[in-house]
Amino acid sequence: MEIIILILAGVLFATAIYNLLQKQLLRLIIGSVLLSHGAHLFLLTMGELKRGNPPILTEGISEYTDPLPQALILTSIVISFGITSLLLVLAYRTSNENNTDNMEQLRGNENE
Amino acid sequence: MSNLAVLPIIIPLIAGIILAFFPKKLALVRTLTKVFIIGNLAVAGFSAWHVFNHGSIILETGDWAAPYGIIIVADQLSVLLVLTTNIMAAACAFYAPYSLPDRKERYYFYTFFFFLITGVSGAFLTGDIFNLFVFFEVLLMASYALIVLGGDKVQLRESVKYVFINLFSSMLFVTAVGFLYGTVGTVNMAQIAQRVQEVDQQGILTAIGILLFFVFAVKAALFPLYYWMPKSYAVPNPVISALFGALLTKVGIYSIIRVFSLIFIHRIDLTHEVFIWIAGLSMIFGVIGALSTNNIKLIIAYNIIPAIGFILWGIGVFNQEAVSGAIYYLIHDMIIKASLFLLVGTIAYAAGTSDLRKFSGLIHYYPFLGWLLFVSGFVLAGIPPFSGFIGKLLLLKGSLADEKVAVVIIALLSSLLILYSIMKIFIRGFWGEKDDTFEPKPVKGRTAPVVALLALSVFLGIGAEFIYPSVESISRYLLDPANYINAVLEG
Repeated sequence: MEIIILILAGVLFATAIYNLLQKQLLRLIIGSVLLSHGAHLFLLTMGELKRGNPPILTEGISEYTDPLPQALILTSIVISFGITSLLLVLAYRTSNENNTDNMEQLRGNENE
Repeated sequence: MSNLAVLPIIIPLIAGIILAFFPKKLALVRTLTKVFIIGNLAVAGFSAWHVFNHGSIILETGDWAAPYGIIIVADQLSVLLVLTTNIMAAACAFYAPYSLPDRKERYYFYTFFFFLITGVSGAFLTGDIFNLFVFFEVLLMASYALIVLGGDKVQLRESVKYVFINLFSSMLFVTAVGFLYGTVGTVNMAQIAQRVQEVDQQGILTAIGILLFFVFAVKAALFPLYYWMPKSYAVPNPVISALFGALLTKVGIYSIIRVFSLIFIHRIDLTHEVFIWIAGLSMIFGVIGALSTNNIKLIIAYNIIPAIGFILWGIGVFNQEAVSGAIYYLIHDMIIKASLFLLVGTIAYAAGTSDLRKFSGLIHYYPFLGWLLFVSGFVLAGIPPFSGFIGKLLLLKGSLADEKVAVVIIALLSSLLILYSIMKIFIRGFWGEKDDTFEPKPVKGRTAPVVALLALSVFLGIGAEFIYPSVESISRYLLDPANYINAVLEG
């Protein structure tokens, strides 16, 4: 099971990097979202995908899945959600002000 | 008493929240900012005094014992850096009202300013690697808001790149934490350090170490990964540039110091050897960048890169003298970079442009500003009575004792070129033809914080006898990770 998830995370990373190297701003944002999905999936797998019950204390159950990676992922999801929403607004303003969403044209010149 | 360790994080956090309630009442906000920042400076000073006299303060949050809960570790290095952070944050708080237009101040500048301080202090004080990630995000979020504050065309453009590169490295940080957790099964730094020495597969740990180094090197703007930094640091308001230049890259290099003196010390011949080469290349390329441009803000921003190189060099050599030198240089560089950014911001304001080709002869109108720049150039390059000299001297002694001659030559040469890049501003901007049509603007309030920072910097150089013992005890502490591990896990 771990192998499959890790391959999936790898595919997500590859797609993310491909999108991050594009010119259109919106594609870059899609790339960064995919990147964070890959990282979160990876973090979940690193805590071992053991068969076990959800980490909620119940009487009579002794096998639980590891709760720590889940807490870490939850934190990380919220953070990357915040950054993504900031990025979307930033991209909107940038393309409005500069009249382009092409990263090649967003270079600028010296001494401004 | 152990709650003292968390106060430098809590005070700016509360200050930021309070100031978010009435952003439009500028007079009140400015007064409160000064009160809070001086209060925080006093607390940081007291905790530094306490730690240097009575040993590290370990705070287990929520009373959970060390490896299970989050811990705040105020050891000598952390408190010294927190103190320095607060000193230059205070200087920036006093500079901000003169430099920022009211419009920008009203849009929550001070709130984000305090959140930035929260993130930086938290990153210095935490003892948990995932918590370090969270504090990185706190300070990065505040910095995203600050870099784009005002929303000029050029700011928007550079901030997009800044946000993307930082988001990328943050996600790599999460991946690296995942790797580390999968290998050693903990996120507490002391326990990681303990287990790293016991694990059989040292190879995978070296790979994780290099991955973490890559993450921190992006934040610290080291040689192959610095391309995002100079422009995005040059475009915001000078006071924001000063905060960034003095704090953000230094958090990255602090994390490298912490992680590679505590956790990944099992293959020093491999990892630390790489550091020396990267440090040398950072010095060369940073200086080339500084010489290549006529924009005075960009010159200072490029000068951050060789400074980070000098600090990494000390970690690479990794003996007593080199690490002392690196820490001395770290403290010196935080102060001098803040004062240089504020100074150059003042010059750009006074001259009306930051293009060096468009003004000259400023010394006739602003003699004091000119001589301040002259002294700062000397401090930065490390001319003997000033503070840059002591750090570089220790680094030279340390690496000559280890027979690493090539990097010594590169460092000395790049120091010369750093001096030239600052003196270029002085010679071409302040000397030369007097422009009779020029109308000087008052810059009185802006120079006071710069003078305070420079005075402190000069004191760091002249009073080296007084400061050196503390720095030496920090480096002794860093070179023996058992100190940290025992303090956290058994204290």
